[in-house]
Amino acid sequence: MTLQVPAAVPLKAGDTLLYLDGVSVSFDGFKALNGLSFTVAEGEMRAIIGPNGAGKTTMMDVITGKTRPDVGEVYFGGTTDLTKLDEAAIASLGIGRKFQKPTVFESHTVWDNLDLALSGPRRVFPILFGRTDAEGRRRIEEILETIRLTHRRDALAAGLSHGQKQWLEIGMLLAQDPRLLLVDEPVAGMTDAETEETARLLREIACDHSVVVVEHDMTFVRDLGVHVTVLHEGSVLAEGSLDHVSADERVVEVYLGR
Amino acid sequence: MITAFLLRGLDRRALVFLAVLAAVAVVVPLLNLATPAGSGLHIPSYAVTLLGKYLCYALLALSVDLIWGFCGILSLGHGAFFALGGYAMGMYLMRQIGTRGVYGNPVLPDFMVFLNWKTLPWYWHGFDQFWFAAVMVLLVPGLLAFVFGWFAFRSRVTGVYLSIITQAMTFALLLAFFRNDMGFGGNNGLTDFKDILGFPIQDEGTRAGLFVATAVALGLGYLIASCVVRSKLGRVLVAVRDAESRTRFLGYRVEMYKLFVFTLSACMAGVAGALYVPQIGIINPSEFAPANSIEVVIWVAVGGRGTLIGAIIGAILVNFGKTWFTGVLPELWLFALGGLFVAVTLLLPKGIVGTATALWRGRRWRGPAATGEGTLAESGGDAEPPAAAPAAGPAAPERAS
Repeated sequence: MTLQVPAAVPLKAGDTLLYLDGVSVSFDGFKALNGLSFTVAEGEMRAIIGPNGAGKTTMMDVITGKTRPDVGEVYFGGTTDLTKLDEAAIASLGIGRKFQKPTVFESHTVWDNLDLALSGPRRVFPILFGRTDAEGRRRIEEILETIRLTHRRDALAAGLSHGQKQWLEIGMLLAQDPRLLLVDEPVAGMTDAETEETARLLREIACDHSVVVVEHDMTFVRDLGVHVTVLHEGSVLAEGSLDHVSADERVVEVYLGR
Repeated sequence: MITAFLLRGLDRRALVFLAVLAAVAVVVPLLNLATPAGSGLHIPSYAVTLLGKYLCYALLALSVDLIWGFCGILSLGHGAFFALGGYAMGMYLMRQIGTRGVYGNPVLPDFMVFLNWKTLPWYWHGFDQFWFAAVMVLLVPGLLAFVFGWFAFRSRVTGVYLSIITQAMTFALLLAFFRNDMGFGGNNGLTDFKDILGFPIQDEGTRAGLFVATAVALGLGYLIASCVVRSKLGRVLVAVRDAESRTRFLGYRVEMYKLFVFTLSACMAGVAGALYVPQIGIINPSEFAPANSIEVVIWVAVGGRGTLIGAIIGAILVNFGKTWFTGVLPELWLFALGGLFVAVTLLLPKGIVGTATALWRGRRWRGPAATGEGTLAESGGDAEPPAAAPAAGPAAPERAS
């Protein structure tokens, strides 16, 4: 199902879910992204790896509308130009983002966290008078099941463990029902058992969503068993299976060898 | 839909508060009007006015709590909306004076005659009608808040920067209203009111009526605030307060939510100001003083931010303390206020109501609190492979090929 497009061939936005071409961003002269180009196909799960400062988080910022690229094209679903939209509009299009640090609404219950994330109206007045219908409640139950937090549904998110917060945030992404999930270092600070569980959770999610995972942890990436893109100094260094990129000398030099 | 919205706001705490407020609104005027002056139960008229003033402050504090406690917008300029509502009411009261002024001009207020003005400025037209003034009480603060918020929130000005520009806003208005050629009475402001809706403003009956009106306004304000914070929108506001960018990435246009609640809050502050002016008998530019707005924030902090009821209790308690203190040791009041703020911040960060609620819950829920400590150990158990997982396992490598 995965569409493999060698980087050298000119890309066409039409066939892809996410399309970045020649994206550059610089902060005070520092080039965080430098002519970054890659694509993600519908239904694909992709891992992005790279050393610190390779531009992984900036790439996420560009896709989700937090940062505007200086040059380059970013298209979603082949036709929508993401560089013209703000965060809320991009989220409504169906791009969900998980932060590196687990970010959940600490003073809300697990249930309310998911309820707020649930796809539905986002405008002020419908929200003021609206409430979640039976279908929405059923979906929340389902997600609670998926992220193994059913027994904590009425607990405040502040009381969850680090790993549970990460899963809750992933659950919130699911509730948004996005076409594409961007997941930033989901296993940072997790125990081995939690890491394993998270890999399983992401694979489960990848069955019916496209997922881009940014990660440092090579064991975890191996666990996911997906196509890997290696970033270095703001552009793509190599792409392919983990074994393929691990064999690449340049990759070993900048990243794996360290 | 609206009914459900209203019912959600009426929890037990709200009902108790509204019942107490209703009792106060009945008993205070009754003891003032129906008991003889010498009786032990008699409440003197000055005390009715004083209590009315506290209730106005309580409504102002409530409006600040709505944005600060629930949405994290720390406005240090809310006194400006209060004062603008007050000025709108003051303009109506000025127009009611008519020929009873010192100069006896049927249209122009005294200060305009004194400044040798020949005609009424355009913005004073319509204020001879109560309904028009009442609309302006909501519209002027609301519009200012909307325009101010539109620029500030769209530009994503947050935190201390927002607090500073709200402070600058009220200071700018202070300077503007000091100017005689603004047409609002300059330094002296608007005063010497005679009557409101045809009732003599110094009359005991009128004062009792104003007190009841203030209690009703506070009750309504509380009800609206309570409905808003218990709606789904209220949960979005708390989400914005706790993790703004998370909320944005969930697809909520955060600036619109802030704009809504900021404007609503400014309208509430305007109503508080409008009820304050006829009871105090004067409105002048000192109401715009930045220190006033900061004081409001202290009331809310003392009572407990994010609790609604705490803002009301804080406003009444601190102002009661101020009345007492400025009578006994006037020169020490500001030190006491500053000390109070420091003490509350250090010792009662959740304020009186927040701390009391936490203590009460702690006593009731000692059992679950102990399990809370076990969360870390518990999470190990959660991480155990669930039954469904093996099915997902083999599927993934296939997808990658």
